[in-house]
Amino acid sequence: MRRWWPGLLLVSPSIVAIAVFVYGLLGWNFKVAMTDQHDEISQGHFVGLENFTGIWDQERWGISVRHAVVFTVVFVVGALVLGWFLAFLMEKGIRGEGGFRAIYLFPMAVSFIATGVVWRWLMNSGTGERAVGLNRLLPDFLQWHWFRDPGWGMAAMAVPAIWQMSGYVMALFLAGFRGVPEELRESARVDGCTEWQVYRHIVLPYLRPVTLAALIILGHISLKVFDLIVAVSGKQIITDVPAIFMWNAVFDSHDPAKGATIAAYIVISVCVFVVPYLIWNARRRDGR
Amino acid sequence: MAADVILKARHAAPVTSERRRALVGRGVRLTLLLLFVVLFLIPIYVLLVTSFKPLSEADPGQAWNLPQQWTTEAWRVAWEKLEPGLVNSVLLAVPGSLISAVLGALNGYVLAKWRFPGADLVFTLFLFGMFVPYQGVMIPLVQLMVNLGVYGGIPGLVLAHVVYGIPICTLIFRNYYVTIPDELLEASRVDGAGMLRTLWSIVLPVSGPAFAVVIIWQFTSLWNDFLFAVFLTAPTSWPTTVMLNNIAGAQTVPYSQQMAAAILASLPTMLIYILLGRFFMRGLMAGALKG
Repeated sequence: MRRWWPGLLLVSPSIVAIAVFVYGLLGWNFKVAMTDQHDEISQGHFVGLENFTGIWDQERWGISVRHAVVFTVVFVVGALVLGWFLAFLMEKGIRGEGGFRAIYLFPMAVSFIATGVVWRWLMNSGTGERAVGLNRLLPDFLQWHWFRDPGWGMAAMAVPAIWQMSGYVMALFLAGFRGVPEELRESARVDGCTEWQVYRHIVLPYLRPVTLAALIILGHISLKVFDLIVAVSGKQIITDVPAIFMWNAVFDSHDPAKGATIAAYIVISVCVFVVPYLIWNARRRDGR
Repeated sequence: MAADVILKARHAAPVTSERRRALVGRGVRLTLLLLFVVLFLIPIYVLLVTSFKPLSEADPGQAWNLPQQWTTEAWRVAWEKLEPGLVNSVLLAVPGSLISAVLGALNGYVLAKWRFPGADLVFTLFLFGMFVPYQGVMIPLVQLMVNLGVYGGIPGLVLAHVVYGIPICTLIFRNYYVTIPDELLEASRVDGAGMLRTLWSIVLPVSGPAFAVVIIWQFTSLWNDFLFAVFLTAPTSWPTTVMLNNIAGAQTVPYSQQMAAAILASLPTMLIYILLGRFFMRGLMAGALKG
């Protein structure tokens, strides 16, 4: 029997680091969120879940949560559909595939802060006579105020995010498509299946794990979205999301308890679907 | 002879119609793909042409026009403004990605080939660290950095990135090392080599690709990071992203300079992507927990 403790010893610095910096600090954050430490000097006393319930009375919190939901839905669905579609167009092999892939994927290599500079410009809210940027390219009835639209501005904010991430989803789906054994498709065709039936019953089930992975990745990016919003619109309330609200609470209102409460909500919203996914993944790993 | 022709015709008809349909299908797909290429390149086009415009032409109303007068003036000014940030980013991203790679290799090796009781649990707990929204640790992290005396500077920022990069780096190396045949390691063990000896002489020599993937991945995330930088650094240590955001947020900075600065800030990672895209891709796929 091989001795196992040298292995543990080698990994132990990382275990300690993760234990302290991930789990320890998460716990610490929850602790701060449960105090009344609303300035940077006072010690803060335990107040239970008061901050967690109290925040719902603030109008801004409601707005930022609604914004996060709109953004998440538009972004996740948009990136998933566009990424799938691009992969679908390429899956049977097409001349210049490498080039196409490289172009769709390259936004991933660039930061939201950099691309936000130009997106802010393109999504100019002027319409009609004063239309510039993207509105200039659109017919009058399609022009809108983009992220300055009071109702659905967050849907516009999802556009740069979809642009940035759909290439990634494409790569995932392409790998999924290529994982379908060609013999399987062929034998279904021989059995008289139409191309659509082949797709529906053979290919689609193969894409399920990839779709799930893409959902998880897009979802967790979406719920903590920060850079993009900072770059495109800064701290304006019209595009407020929890991460911006938290930044504000820490740096402008100097209210650690409030910032920690918002942060805790962001963590909880991500955990709700990431934790089951990780457990499922771990089980699958064991199964093999 | 006549029968031959008829036979050929009968045979040829369905083939050509099928082939035509395949050709049309391919044409449609190619057209759509090209259309998306144009859509994807719109922001890049605007960034590029605006960065070469003189002040008088750099306004949103002329976003789509090519510069009437090409000038690199905006680039010169943007470089001057951004240079300290670029230096800070290099000081951040180079050591950060190298340290991350070393830690990732050690962890990945143990978790794939030198497992201890509870290794799977440790791995899963690590993976959660990949998904944790960093906002959730930021407020106490700032406090901890202050207590450790590394708040505000680049070493503190490197520390944060290295620690929160452990999960993804471990994952990439582990998935890579799983593919090394156990027999190879067994053989080395029979020869009397211990854990570190095996790592050094058997595993590391074949680890090149994994190192490339991890270093590129970490370099890109460190270079592009904004959240940690904005919470953890003081003005003298601001990396490129924070400086760029300040340049872009200032009403007084002309658009041509903002755009030139945005391109400058993205050049290193874009070059890496163009030259080493293959490895970049693998890092991306690893993020999806494949393998």
